Amino acid sequence: MIFSYVLRRLIILAVSILVASAVLFLLLRLLPGDPANALVSIGADPEQIEAARRQVGSDLPLPQQFIQFAGGLMRFDFGNSFISRTPVLPEIGARLSVTVPLTLGAFLLAVVLAVPLGIIAAVRKARWYGGLIAVVSQLGIAVPVFWIGILLVTLFAVQLRLLPSGGFPARGWQRPEAAITALILPIVTVALVMAASLIRYVRAATLDVLGSDYLRTARALGASFSEALVRHGIRNGAVPVISILGIELASTLLGAVVVERVFSLPGLGSMLLLGIEQRDYPTVQAVLFISTLLVLLVGFAADILQRLVDPRLRGVIGSRP
Amino acid sequence: MSDLVSLPATTRTRGPLPRALLVGLFIVGLQLVIALMTLVWTPYDPSALAGQRLEAPSLIHLAGTDRLGRDLFTLIMIGARIALTVGCGAILIGGLIGVTIGLAAAFAARTLDDVFAAGLDILIAFPTLLIAMLIVASSDGASLWTATLAIGVANSAIVARLTRILGKRVLALDYITAARISGSSWLSIVFRHVLPNIWPTLMVNLALQFGLAVIAEASLSYLGLGTPPPNASWGRLLQEAQATVQTAPLGAIAPGLALVALVIGINLLADGLRDLSDPARRSA
Repeated sequence: MIFSYVLRRLIILAVSILVASAVLFLLLRLLPGDPANALVSIGADPEQIEAARRQVGSDLPLPQQFIQFAGGLMRFDFGNSFISRTPVLPEIGARLSVTVPLTLGAFLLAVVLAVPLGIIAAVRKARWYGGLIAVVSQLGIAVPVFWIGILLVTLFAVQLRLLPSGGFPARGWQRPEAAITALILPIVTVALVMAASLIRYVRAATLDVLGSDYLRTARALGASFSEALVRHGIRNGAVPVISILGIELASTLLGAVVVERVFSLPGLGSMLLLGIEQRDYPTVQAVLFISTLLVLLVGFAADILQRLVDPRLRGVIGSRP
Repeated sequence: MSDLVSLPATTRTRGPLPRALLVGLFIVGLQLVIALMTLVWTPYDPSALAGQRLEAPSLIHLAGTDRLGRDLFTLIMIGARIALTVGCGAILIGGLIGVTIGLAAAFAARTLDDVFAAGLDILIAFPTLLIAMLIVASSDGASLWTATLAIGVANSAIVARLTRILGKRVLALDYITAARISGSSWLSIVFRHVLPNIWPTLMVNLALQFGLAVIAEASLSYLGLGTPPPNASWGRLLQEAQATVQTAPLGAIAPGLALVALVIGINLLADGLRDLSDPARRSA
């Protein structure tokens, strides 16, 4: 059963990647501005422009361009940067060594913060701290991630001088302690915002569990409150939360992109922004494709995980209402 | 005549307006008044150098001055106008596209609807900000309009998915079948039966999207992809203030407070609207 589900989900994943690359292609090619413009200086004569278009491939008919484009993506061949003239892929690899630890670190910290706090907020709803957690998490979703970053820099880097205000060691992970120190504030920044929205889901899921019949039955059969919650509540409450986690991890990645700017980190996000500024199409499309791919893969993994946790879903394909 | 006297009792059973709605209305209303006021009057000319650089707050400059000597309070007031303009525009664009696609999907035949649903799921997998960046990147330079369009288009997928689900639920009801049998056109079904039924839920969602649009606009501006100066948005003010946070911390705090206040106000408004449309949820 689970095998056939994985297979069908894989097909959906493949189609999604194809559609994503088509959307990417259309947005980048059909909107005004020829990618070849980035190669020639202002006031270039028509022959130079024509040569640049041939080099970029924008003189070909659109369907042919798309086949070339999609073929390149499938082989992870993103071409050379217009600016540095070197292949884009190794650069992306180097950038991921900043963005991936930042994203995963922030995500883990957010989960570690949000799950217990969300459960406490639900179980101790009537106490002042239960209410406080709920209110703070409501406020948290109204705060842009970059502003939290600026505030944390002001407090911990400028006022208290405990941590660096930004930057990343030039030799990267060869000096692990410097790299980790550089990532502490960015990770906390993204994690705080993620935790705020996650707490709301955990709290809602726990409230559902608390009001359920099976929990009351377990209590009636003599289980203590915490025993009933751990044995029956966690597995049931985890299902809606896991489906959210996939989306949350994706938005953590996006938060990382913005926060990299706050802390001047050389990650995927700053690469994308630089690419946009310089009109470096190969870089922009490669970064966008890789990040979309990561988002889709995370969604795939979250769906599979959800099936494994909840046996009731295993027989049903596509639980769309 | 005595019957008429008891009439207000029926309205009283609705209960008082939700407190969240009133607080939300107050905050959003205040910012709206400020935004409208900047069209005719601001304390200082936003591009004039009204004082020394990075002045501390005083009675003359309520929030101090920025690194060029412009009055920060004036700039924050104008920021409210930018935020509300982009928010309204994005909701209008996202709502129009989203509701149209969602209703089309809800009405479409089974296989076509599956294609719609899968397509929307994929579009939603693209994070809003990435779509916005993509649109800004492929148009010629960032502006108020590209930011609005980008955020609106990015939001439309979420609105479309919700409209589709809500629409399908209504379309499955018996009175729709009755309307169809009695010969109503699909257009009249949409406007007389479907839209009025899904509107309350849709409106709450659009209000929440409004808050997210304000945050998205600030993020784009912070990244340098939003409204160009001199009509500075809050995101841009924060980005500029970050460099001088050591000497003038208020510049990095005040615009953020204005932004967070607006988003909280909008969220409270959305909560209040939901309570109003669904009294059963009031206790939650």
